[in-house]
Amino acid sequence: MTHQQPILDTSPKVSDEIRRTTCYMCACRCGINVHMKDGKVAYIEGNRDHPVNKGVLCAKGSAGIMQVNAPSRLRKPLKRVGPRGSGEFEEISWDEALELAVSWLEPIRKDNPEKLAFFTGRDQSQSFTSFWAQNFGTCNYAAHGGFCSVNMAAGGIYTMGGAFWEFGQPDWDHTKLFMLFGVAEDHDSNPIKMGIGKIKARGARVIGVNPIRSGYNAVADDWVGITPGTDGLFILSLIHVLMKAGKIDLDYLSRYTNAPVLVNASEGAGNGLFLRDDDGKPLVIDRNTGKLTAFDTPGVRPNLSAVYENDGVVHRPVFHLMAEKYLSEEHAPEAVAEKCGIPAKRIRAIAAELARVAFDEAFELDQEWIDFRGEKHTKMIGRPVAMHSMRGVSAHANGFQTCRALHVLQIILGTVEVPGGFRFKPPYPKPVEAHPTPHCKVTPNSPLDGPHLGFVRGPEHLALKEDGSPARIDKAFTWENPMSSHGLMHMVISNAHAGDPYKIDTLFMYMANMSWNSTMNTKGVIEMLTDKDENGDYIIPRIIYSDAYSSEMVAYADLILPDTTYLERHDCISLLDRPICEADAAADAIRWPVIEPDRDVRGFQSVLIDLANRMKLPGFTHEDGSAKWVDYADYIVNHERKPGIGPLAGFRGENANKEGRGEVNPDQLNRYIENGGFYVAHIPQGADYYKPWNAAYQDWAVGIGLYDSPQPYLFQLYSEPMRKFQLAAEGHGDRQPPDHLRQRIKDTMDPLPIWYETDQQGNDGFTVNALTQRPMAMYHSWGTQNAWLRQLHGRNPLYVPTRLMRKHGLSDGDWAKITSPHGKITVPVMEMAALNDNTVWTWNAIGKRKGAWALQEDAPEATKGFLLNHLIHELLPPKGDGLRWANSDPITGQAAWFDLKVKIEKADAPADAQSQPHFDPIKSPVGTGPDNLAWKVGN
Amino acid sequence: MTQLPNSTERKMGLVIDLDTCVGCHACVISCKGWNTENYGAPLSDQDAYGANPSGTFLNRVHSYEVQPAEGHAQLIHFPKSCLHCEDAPCVTVCPTGASYKRTEDGIVLVNESDCIGCGLCAWSCPYGARELDKAEGVMKKCTLCVDRIYNENLPEVDRIPSCVRTCPAGARHFGDLGDPDSDVSKLVAERGGMDLMPEMGTKPVNKYLPPRPKDTVEDQIDILAPLLAPVAEEPKGFLGWLDKTLEKL
Amino acid sequence: MHPAPSVILFTTLSGLGFGLLFFLGLGFPAVSGWVAFVFFAIAYGLAVGGLMASTFHLGHPERAWKAFTQWKTSWLSREGWCAVLALVVMGLYAIGVVFLDRHWSLLGWIGALMSLATVFTTSMIYTQLKTIPRWNMNLTPAMFLSFSLAGGALLAGQTRVAIPLLLIAAFVQILYWKKGDKALEASGTDLGTATGLGNRGTVRAFEPPHTGTNYLLREFVHVVGRKHAEKLRVISFVLAFVLPVLLLVLPFNHFLALLAVASHLAGVATSRWLFFAQAEHVVGLYYGKR
Ligand SMILES: Nc1nc2c(c(=O)[nH]1)N[C@H]1C(S)=C(S)[C@@H](COP(=O)(O)OP(=O)(O)OC[C@H]3O[C@@H](n4cnc5c(=O)[nH]c(N)nc54)[C@H](O)[C@@H]3O)O[C@H]1N2
Ligand SMILES: Nc1nc2c(c(=O)[nH]1)N[C@H]1C(S)=C(S)[C@@H](COP(=O)(O)OP(=O)(O)OC[C@H]3O[C@@H](n4cnc5c(=O)[nH]c(N)nc54)[C@H](O)[C@@H]3O)O[C@H]1N2
Ligand code: SF4
Ligand code: SF4
Ligand code: SF4
Ligand code: SF4
Ligand code: SF4
Ligand SMILES: [Mo]
Repeated sequence: MTHQQPILDTSPKVSDEIRRTTCYMCACRCGINVHMKDGKVAYIEGNRDHPVNKGVLCAKGSAGIMQVNAPSRLRKPLKRVGPRGSGEFEEISWDEALELAVSWLEPIRKDNPEKLAFFTGRDQSQSFTSFWAQNFGTCNYAAHGGFCSVNMAAGGIYTMGGAFWEFGQPDWDHTKLFMLFGVAEDHDSNPIKMGIGKIKARGARVIGVNPIRSGYNAVADDWVGITPGTDGLFILSLIHVLMKAGKIDLDYLSRYTNAPVLVNASEGAGNGLFLRDDDGKPLVIDRNTGKLTAFDTPGVRPNLSAVYENDGVVHRPVFHLMAEKYLSEEHAPEAVAEKCGIPAKRIRAIAAELARVAFDEAFELDQEWIDFRGEKHTKMIGRPVAMHSMRGVSAHANGFQTCRALHVLQIILGTVEVPGGFRFKPPYPKPVEAHPTPHCKVTPNSPLDGPHLGFVRGPEHLALKEDGSPARIDKAFTWENPMSSHGLMHMVISNAHAGDPYKIDTLFMYMANMSWNSTMNTKGVIEMLTDKDENGDYIIPRIIYSDAYSSEMVAYADLILPDTTYLERHDCISLLDRPICEADAAADAIRWPVIEPDRDVRGFQSVLIDLANRMKLPGFTHEDGSAKWVDYADYIVNHERKPGIGPLAGFRGENANKEGRGEVNPDQLNRYIENGGFYVAHIPQGADYYKPWNAAYQDWAVGIGLYDSPQPYLFQLYSEPMRKFQLAAEGHGDRQPPDHLRQRIKDTMDPLPIWYETDQQGNDGFTVNALTQRPMAMYHSWGTQNAWLRQLHGRNPLYVPTRLMRKHGLSDGDWAKITSPHGKITVPVMEMAALNDNTVWTWNAIGKRKGAWALQEDAPEATKGFLLNHLIHELLPPKGDGLRWANSDPITGQAAWFDLKVKIEKADAPADAQSQPHFDPIKSPVGTGPDNLAWKVGN
Repeated sequence: MTQLPNSTERKMGLVIDLDTCVGCHACVISCKGWNTENYGAPLSDQDAYGANPSGTFLNRVHSYEVQPAEGHAQLIHFPKSCLHCEDAPCVTVCPTGASYKRTEDGIVLVNESDCIGCGLCAWSCPYGARELDKAEGVMKKCTLCVDRIYNENLPEVDRIPSCVRTCPAGARHFGDLGDPDSDVSKLVAERGGMDLMPEMGTKPVNKYLPPRPKDTVEDQIDILAPLLAPVAEEPKGFLGWLDKTLEKL
Repeated sequence: MHPAPSVILFTTLSGLGFGLLFFLGLGFPAVSGWVAFVFFAIAYGLAVGGLMASTFHLGHPERAWKAFTQWKTSWLSREGWCAVLALVVMGLYAIGVVFLDRHWSLLGWIGALMSLATVFTTSMIYTQLKTIPRWNMNLTPAMFLSFSLAGGALLAGQTRVAIPLLLIAAFVQILYWKKGDKALEASGTDLGTATGLGNRGTVRAFEPPHTGTNYLLREFVHVVGRKHAEKLRVISFVLAFVLPVLLLVLPFNHFLALLAVASHLAGVATSRWLFFAQAEHVVGLYYGKR
C-alpha cells in the first residue's frame, strides 16, 4: 500500500460578504474586515488598506466575535431597585429611562448646571460629549485622561507641540536606534509592534528602559531595568553627557527651539520670562547683525550663545541656563547611577550610542523644503534615533517633568520631526497657543462660556471661582495642579462624596469602571458610592451610567443606559478628537452598524442626542425649537464645527471630492463605508518632515482645516507658562496660590526640566516598588468577558524578583501579604528573574468582582485574580500638617499609580485559597454565560 | 495512508523569529478564529465562563526565562504550533489513517471523519502540537491553513496562514522550506534557524530563528568612548566651545 | 501521563487474559468440557473486557473498526489485528476443546503465539513513543510480556511455572523502575533542547500560554510525589509478586490460589497505574512541569 490522501477542498467559500469597519477591542482603532455568513459575524481579520494596522490584528481584535456575542452584554435599560451595589435592577423601557434622566437633569440645568458632573471615561467621541456638556452648561466635564496619561500629553504639548502617546510615532522606515521608556503596550498597540518588527528586520537596535523585561522590553537588544520613578534622573544624565561631549545639534537648536531666546534677568514680575518685542514675539540675538531680533524674522540666525545687556542686567539665552543646569556634576552618570539602578558605565555607553547613531549615522534625503522664515533648504537631514514613552514615565508624580526631560533629550539630538527620528501625526504639531484655554463660567439655563479643557498659559487661566475656590468638582486647573489639561476623573467621586469643593446632584458617567479597576482605593470608592447621609439618602444623590456590559460599575448606578457593542453602532474617530492619523497622513474613521443589535440597546451618543432634544439644549436645537439631529449618524454628517468643517474630513462637498473643508455631504457615511470605513489625506512629499516649521506642511494643514492660519513655532525647552506659576508663587501677580502650596510650586514648576523625588513621607518601611502592566491580549476589564481571551489571562500572580523571593523564602505558588501605607492584599506569587530586583508587579485589571461580567462566581478572576488598586490611595498618607495631599503629579494632577511602595511578607495560603480582600458577590443583571461553546456560524 | 510519503514536492512551513516575537498572542486568537469557522469541527471551549475554562487551540505562545552565565536574565516569547515534521511520528502511529502528510506540500493533517480520537498521535508528538477537541472527540492540529493558502476565494496576498497574516510584529514567516532559494530558507540560513528537539528525529519543517545577542551596548564602550570626549570640563569652557562651534556653522 | 482507568484496566486485564490464553493454547492445564469452558470464559472475559475498556477513552468508538487499516505502520492497528486473530484462532481452538474434546495443538500453538504477539503489540504502542523516555525502552515489552506470562501461568494454575515466571517478572519490574527513573535524563531532552535556547543559559519556563488548563496538561502532565510513588511501588511489588509467590509455595489450596490471583491482579494494576502516572511526556518540559 502506498501513501494515499483524501481529496480536500482547498478553496472553500470564505464568507458571504466583508464589512469593513473600525475595531474597538481597544482604543488603537485598527481597521477590520468583518466576514459575514448568514448575516452573522463569522471571522474578523485586519484590513490591509487601513493606515493604522495595514492588515495585522492583535489578539483582542481577532477575538471581537466573542465580544459582540458575550453573555455579559446588557439587554435593556435598568432602574435600580435594590440598594446601590446589590446589582438588583428592573428592566424598563427606553422612554421611561430617558424621561427619568430628563426629570433629574432638567431641574439641574435650570438652577445650577454645575450640579451635574459628566465624566466619560475612555471616550472616543470627546469632541461630541464635550459639546453636549458645554451646551448643558456644566463646567464639570472631562474624560479619563487625568488618571491615564495627561503627563505624557501635556508634557509633550507644552514642550514641543505634540506628545508620544498616539500623537506621534518614530520614523520606523529610517530609524536605527529606538529607545522605549516605560511602555508595556500603549494605545498604538499594533503600530508599535509593526514598527519594532520592521526595525528589527533591518537589524537596528532597540533599547528598552523598563523595570520589567517582558513584551517589547523582552525583544529589546539592551534592557535597562531602571528603578521606577528615576527616569528623569537617567535622562538628565544622558543630556549631561551629550552636552559635555558637544554631541548636540546646535544648528537645530538655534533654528527650531527656544534655546536662543533671551530670558529676562531683571528682578520683578518679568523675571524669567522671555524678552519680547512689541508684537509679543520672543527675541533672540541675530548672529549676522548681533542685534535683538524677533525669532521668526526672515534671515535671522539666532545665536545660542550671545547675551544681551541692558541697564546692567545680563539677559541670557535659554541655552546658557541649560548649560548651567545640566552640565553640573549632580547630573553626572556617577552621581545618579545608584539611584537609577544603572551602572555609570552603562549610562555613558547609551549616551555614546545615541551620539554615534544621531551624528555618525546621519543621512540626507534629497528633498527641498522652505522653512517658516522663508529659508530654502536643499536637503532634509536624517538623525536616525527615535524614542517613545508612555505610562511608565507618565504615571509618577514627577512624570510631567520627566516627559519634558525626555523631549529635551530628543530635541538636543535634533531628532524630532526629522527623517529617522520622532514624527508627529496630524493634527499635531500644534503649539500650546493653538489650543483652547479652560472655561468654567456656569450660567443657569445656558451653555458654558467655552470649552472645558485646555492648556493654561499662566495663573490667569486657572479654573477658580471669584473667591479663589476651585470651580470644578475635580479641582482641575487649580493651584494644586495648574496644568491639569485633561481634568481629574479620579478625584470626582471622592470630591463629590466629601462635598469638596461643593456637593453635586447627579453623577453621569460613561464607559469607566470606576467602582473597580479604573479607580484608586477601590474599597473606599465603593463605600463612597454607597454612603448615606443622616436622612438615609445617598451622599451622591443620583448616578446615571452607560455601559455596554455587566461591569462592576453597573451595580453602583441608579439608572443604566445600555450601549451597543462596537459592531452595532455609528462612531466617529474624528480629526477634532483622537483620529487615526499617521506621520505622513491625516486620517479619520467611522464605525457603522455591521450588525443590528439583538437586544433593546442604543448607541450612547444617539442617546445623548435624544436627551439633548428632550431638554432642547441650545447647540442641538434650531431657532424654531426643532431638533437639529435625530441621532449620532445624523450629527456626524451634518454637524459643522465651523462652516465647512465637521466631524469627518473625508468626502465633503456636494461631489464628495473635498478634503478637510467642504460643505456637508449627505452621502458621506456611505462613502466612508465604501472606502473601508476610513479616509486618508496624504501629506505631500516635502511637507512630511520638519512640520512645525515647514511652510508646505503649514499650508497643507490650513488647507484641510487643521488650523485657520499657519502656526509655526519653536520647541519650548524652557516653558514660560511654568515660570509664570513660579512667579505667582514668588508673590507676583494678583492671582496668588495659597501659602501651603507656594514652596511646592516653586520647587516643581521649574521652566527647565528637573527631576525630583516623589513625596516619600509616610512610606517608611515600604521600600519595594509595585507596578502593573497591561497584558497585550486583554483590554482593562473588558477582556474577561471574552471566552477566548480569558483563557490566556484568567488570573494574575504577583511577579517577584529572584532576590526578594529568596529573601522572603518564597517559591512559585506561595502566598504573600503585600502591604502599603494604605491597605493590604494577600495573593499568590511567582518568580521572575528578568525584573528590577526591588520591584514587584502584576497584570492590570485581571481581578474581578464576583457576579460581574456574566462569569460564574467561582471564576478564577474572582477567586485568585486581584487588583493592585486596593493598595493605592488617591491621597498620600497623612503628613501631620492637617492637609491631605493628592497622590498626583503636582503640575498636572496625573494620578501617580506607579509611585506605589509596598512591603512583602510570606503568608499562609488563605483557607479558601482565594486572594484577599474579596467582596460580596453582586447580583448579575444578565445571568451567567453558557458552559460550553462550539462557535461556528456557517456549516 | 498513515505511511509517510517518501518525499514531498514542497515543504511548506513556518519560520518563527524569537528575536521579534513580543508575545502578544495575536496569532493564537487569529488561529482560533479562523479554524473555529473553517477546517473541520469548531475549536470548542468548555466551562467558557466558569471556574476552569479550557478550550482547543492549535497555536499557543509560551514564555521562557533564560539566565546566561553572566548578565541579565532574558525573557523569550515562544509561539508553538505543529512543525509539520518530515518524519512525523504522529502520522505513523495513527491506527486509522486519519493522520496523514500531504505529498504536494508536506502539510500534516487530520481527516476528522476517519479519526477515532484515540489520542495516540498526540502522545507521539514531542511538541504538544495536537489537542483532542472535547466537544467533537476528534484530534485537532494546525492545518497550516490549508484552506487559506490555496484558496481562490481569497485575494492572492491573503493566501497565507491566518497567524502569519495577523502577526503585528512580523515574527512569523511562511513559505517553502524545501526550496533553498525561498525567502524563508534564506532567512533560516542567514539567522541560523534551528530545530526544536532535534534528538527526537522528527525533522521539523518549521524553524525557529534564535534571539540575537542581548545587552551588548556596554561591551562597546571602548569603541564608543572617544565619542564622549568632553569639549570642556566646566560650564564656562562649554560656552567657549559653543561660540567657536557656532562660528563654524 | 494521565493514569486513565480505561488504559489501566485495558493493559492489566487484557495482559492477564492473553497470558491465560497463551497457556491454554499450549494445553496447560489440559482441560476440556465445562472446566475448559470456565477457563476460556475467564480468559476471554479478561482479554475482551480489557479491549472493550480501551475503547472507552476514544472520541469516536463507533469508528473503532477503522483502526484495523494501518497495520503496516501503526502498532495500535497491529495490536487490533493480533487481538482479533488471537481471539479467533483461540476461539476455534476453544470450540474443539470445550465441545468436541479435540485438542488441535497446532491451532493452539498458533493461538498461543498470537496471544503473546498481542501483548507484545500492546507494549509496543508505548515502547515506540520517544516522547515518553520511560516507556521508550526494551524493558517495556519485557515487562508486559513477563507480566502477562506470569499472570497467565498463575491463572492457569501452573504453579511450577508461575513461581519462576513471577520471579522473572519481579526482576524485570525492578530493572524497569531503576532504568525508568533515569530515562528522561538519559534521553538528552530537556527544556534547553525543547526550546533550542539551552546554549544561551539556563532555561526556565516563565508564563504558560494560558492560565487555565488544556488537553495537553490533562493528558500528559501528571506529577506523582516521590514518596507516594515509592510507597505505591512497594505495595504493588508485594501484591503482584511477593504475596503470590508466598501463597504459591504454601500447600495448594483453591482459596489461597484465588487469593494469589487477586493479589497479583491488584499488584499489576497498581504497577500499571504507576506506569502511566510516572511517565514523563516531554511536552511537560514546555510547561515547566518536569
Ligand atoms: N492590550 C491593551 N492595550 C492597552 C490597554 C489595555 O488595557 N490593554 N490600555 C490602554 C490604555 S488606557 C493606556 S493608558 C495605555 C498604556 O500603555 P502603557 O504605557 O504601555 O501602560 P502600562 O501597561 O501601564 O505600562 C507601563 C509600563 O511602564 C513600566 N514602568 C512603570 N514605572 C516605570 C518607571 O518608573 N520607569 C520606566 N522606564 N518604566 C516604568 C511598567 O513596567 C510598564 O511596562 O495602553 C492602552 N493600550
Ligand atoms: N492599578 C492600576 N489601575 C489602573 C491603571 C494601571 O495601570 N494600574 N491604569 C489606569 C488607566 S490608564 C485607565 S485608562 C483605566 C481604565 O479603566 P476603565 O476606563 O475603567 O477601563 P475598562 O475596564 O476598560 O472599563 C470601561 C468600561 O467601559 C465599558 N465598555 C466597554 N465597551 C463599551 C462600549 O462600547 N460602550 C459603553 N458604554 N461602555 C463600554 C466596559 O464594560 C467597562 O465597564 O484604568 C486605570 N487603572
Ligand atoms: S490594537 Fe487590537 S484591539 Fe486595539 S483596535 Fe487594534 S486590533 Fe483592535
Ligand atoms: S509537530 Fe507534532 S503533530 Fe506536528 S508533525 Fe510533528 S509530530 Fe506531528
Ligand atoms: S486521534 Fe485520530 S488522528 Fe490521532 S491517532 Fe487516533 S485516530 Fe489517528
Ligand atoms: S498556520 Fe493556520 S492553523 Fe496553523 S497555527 Fe497558523 S493559523 Fe493556526
Ligand atoms: S502574533 Fe507574532 S508577535 Fe504576537 S505572539 Fe504571535 S508570533 Fe509573537
Ligand atoms: Mo489609560
